[in-house]
Amino acid sequence: MSELTAKDFKKGQPRWCPGCGDHFFLASLQKAMAEIGIAPCDTAVISGIGCSSRLPHYMATYGMNTIHGRAAAIATGAKVANPNLTVWQISGDGDGLAIGGNHFIHANRRNIDINMILLNNRIYGLTKGQYSPTSPRGFVSKSSPYGTVEDPFRPAELCFGARGHFFARAVATDAPGTIEILKAAQAHKGASVCEILQNCVVFNDGIHESVYSAEGRKKNAIYLKHGQPMIFGENNEFGLMQDGFGIKVVKIGENGITEKDLLVHDAHCEDNTLQLKLALMEGPDFPVALGVIRDVEAPTYNDAVVEQIEDVKSKKKYHNFQELLMTNDTWEVK
Amino acid sequence: MAKVEDLDQVVVRFSGDSGDGMQLAGNIFSTISATVGNDICTFPDYPADIRAPQGSLTGVSGFQVHIGANKVFTPGDKCDVLVAMNPAALKTQYKFCKPTSCIIIDTDSFKESDLKKANFETLDAIAEMGIKNDVIAAPITQMVKDCLADSGMDPKAVLKCRNMFALGLVCWLFNRDTNIAFNMLKEKFAKKPGVAESNIKVIQAGYDYGQNTHSSVEHTYTVETKCAKKGVYMDINGNKATSYGLIAAAEKAGLKLYLGSYPITPATDVLHELSKHKSLGVTTVQCEDEIAGCASAVGASFAGALACTSTSGPGICLKSEAMNLAVIMELPLVVLDVQRGGPATGLPTKSEQTDLLQCLFGRNGESPMPVIAATSPTDCFDAAYMACKIALEHMTPVVLMTDAYVANGSGAFRLPNLDEFPAINPPYVPEEMKGTWTPYMRNAAGSRYWAIPGRDGFQHILGGLEKDNATGAISTNPENHNLMTHLRQEKIDKIEVPDLVVEGDEKDAELLIVGFGGTYGHLHAAMDEMRAAGKKVALAHFKYINPLPKNTASVMKKYKKVVVAEQNMGQFAGWLRMKVDGFAPYQFNEVKGQPFMVADLVENFTAVYNK
Repeated sequence: MSELTAKDFKKGQPRWCPGCGDHFFLASLQKAMAEIGIAPCDTAVISGIGCSSRLPHYMATYGMNTIHGRAAAIATGAKVANPNLTVWQISGDGDGLAIGGNHFIHANRRNIDINMILLNNRIYGLTKGQYSPTSPRGFVSKSSPYGTVEDPFRPAELCFGARGHFFARAVATDAPGTIEILKAAQAHKGASVCEILQNCVVFNDGIHESVYSAEGRKKNAIYLKHGQPMIFGENNEFGLMQDGFGIKVVKIGENGITEKDLLVHDAHCEDNTLQLKLALMEGPDFPVALGVIRDVEAPTYNDAVVEQIEDVKSKKKYHNFQELLMTNDTWEVK
Repeated sequence: MAKVEDLDQVVVRFSGDSGDGMQLAGNIFSTISATVGNDICTFPDYPADIRAPQGSLTGVSGFQVHIGANKVFTPGDKCDVLVAMNPAALKTQYKFCKPTSCIIIDTDSFKESDLKKANFETLDAIAEMGIKNDVIAAPITQMVKDCLADSGMDPKAVLKCRNMFALGLVCWLFNRDTNIAFNMLKEKFAKKPGVAESNIKVIQAGYDYGQNTHSSVEHTYTVETKCAKKGVYMDINGNKATSYGLIAAAEKAGLKLYLGSYPITPATDVLHELSKHKSLGVTTVQCEDEIAGCASAVGASFAGALACTSTSGPGICLKSEAMNLAVIMELPLVVLDVQRGGPATGLPTKSEQTDLLQCLFGRNGESPMPVIAATSPTDCFDAAYMACKIALEHMTPVVLMTDAYVANGSGAFRLPNLDEFPAINPPYVPEEMKGTWTPYMRNAAGSRYWAIPGRDGFQHILGGLEKDNATGAISTNPENHNLMTHLRQEKIDKIEVPDLVVEGDEKDAELLIVGFGGTYGHLHAAMDEMRAAGKKVALAHFKYINPLPKNTASVMKKYKKVVVAEQNMGQFAGWLRMKVDGFAPYQFNEVKGQPFMVADLVENFTAVYNK
């Protein structure tokens, strides 16, 4: 097969609002898929319901735009039934973490080899502006005119709490950053959660303002790379250091601090304590962590299912229906 | 020695505390009887309590088996022999006795404290209940202890063998060959030969006790075999037969069998059974909830498996949205509903037919779905096979309805030969359609084609939103929606199902009995009794509920009186009224969570007959 291009994955004309973060993400996904090099016919993109869940309609792969919240469960069945299929699950924050929260945590716990994309705009867009499970406390929306009185989920916390082995974050407008984590998610065997910070221009404009532009990210985000010291800032002047049980921002060169004193990112560390601290960092005191935050190898559910079947096949003496019947106590009427 | 009398049929009910092993004793006795060629029909009657206090009235577990020289249709209304291992069993189960029934009790468990637990006021339970039947009162516990005194078993394990003593005694009463039981136990406990040996020893002791004391009965009995069809048989319950039907269909279709499920009484045994058979490539996923069970099956179906999900009524409520997704995406899926008592949690271990309308209609929008209802434990095999065949060939979810009675009850199952079953040919999209194919193109049967991921050139998207018939793109066009709604309905209406068979006085019945699903045996037995009493009666029993057989209307209108008998408030009668213009049947509706009593049916049908 000749080399794939993003065009091989494109279909139709996206119908999202102009400026919606989903446009940016779609383009990055198509580019990432081309670079990954798995054919469209061996790829399935499965979504639930919501603005972002329209995405499979614009893909030239196999796809399903299913029912609200169930994409992870449907993707699980597709992957177990057909392990050769590369499965991408697309959900928004409502689809994935509210109505579909149970499937989200169990897909992570099971470690089924699917790429779970969480397009997080912290609002319900398709139903025109209600707060979501990732909207901050006090958030004013059509269904919370006086502000919400509940705390939001932080997706990384849910993922890690469910024993997730892969968590990465990118900003929708940051194509290289997005493509990098999508490729890493595909390379990771097991459930891979990619949180995409995405802007809803109509109902929640500016929610990710501090990191939505390249300049913003320079100031307010840190790109984590496995094996690299944690440095950020417009002039790479800041770093992260461990501080007792926590993390602190330090200025390189001040108080005798050099690059050697900084934390070095370890995405492969089994213990997720520091990875979680990084994932939960927020402005204005901390930079937002981007890139692959956690990427730990573990047995996948689908491989284990296949291995168990092969193992039992080699041990049991019956391999078809007729042989199965004869494993029972039988008698003959002559 | 007691005289031997030959019987046409006999009903034995084993009962005791839920820990007394009554189900196992009953199962072994059924299998012994079936092995010698008798027909059997069994009914396990479990208590609903998780763990009722030992010896209490709510903790009684029963197992009834009907053995016949000829075909038997039901487990029997009442029993000829009642085994009551404790006072609670006697108190709660005596209602299943006839005046002629023989009762076997363990006198060692009828002590003052045992009697108190079952709310007896005196020390003589038999007299207190006014029982006049023959009673074999045997010191079973003591004899089991004596028998196993040298076995080195701990006292608790010894007591667990009491059921085998009762089984031995029943085997003696019916002149059964205990060697068959011995072989079964040797196989069941192949890895624990000591346990097998103790059980065998106790059965023999029970048998010898009957033989040596002649007990207090005048006769022992035999039930000969008269008309069994030649072949190799096994004893099978409905849930196992359902599982086997799914496995057989997957093999015939050349597809991987996928089950997405969540444990729920009384359907869980299907998950258990299928989980065992990984050597056949069966994939089972115990999901996080009922919704995921069905949703994952929809995903598996899209990916190219024969996909199933198993549950009971409350689970159908949760699965209904994902079932509906399979309707609009037109993907094959088999949804098993082992009905139990409702509404809500209802009576989890008991049997009803109250999910019919839920299965037919319990979804938003116009959502036609084929429905098949198995008519007996062994029929679960055929029903499951046909549910798969219809789902795969017509690209549709199918509901396979059974119920707790059919699922847990068992019968003698003639081993099927898969070569004799109809082929299963899903409408895979032909290669030559590459380039012109769109997802909602249909074959002559009105079915969409199945393009399984991995095939190059057939990438497509399905989904819960209405699609344009021609292009497969999302569409809200009113004409298109109307067309798609009609196409989905017509596809189901066109499915070929066998004609309804009328049994009994097909030509000149005064009364036609109508039923569906698991009540077949009881309705048939009621018809037989009425005909034996000289009445002209016929039975039309439905297995295919949607679509109905083509001759439904003509059969319903042919007879002067029709009575629809069902274990709900009239759901099937209502469905028939909707489909057969002017149909106005009599109804018999009973919702007790228990199988019908044939005697009640005969009484009610006779009243209709005489009107």
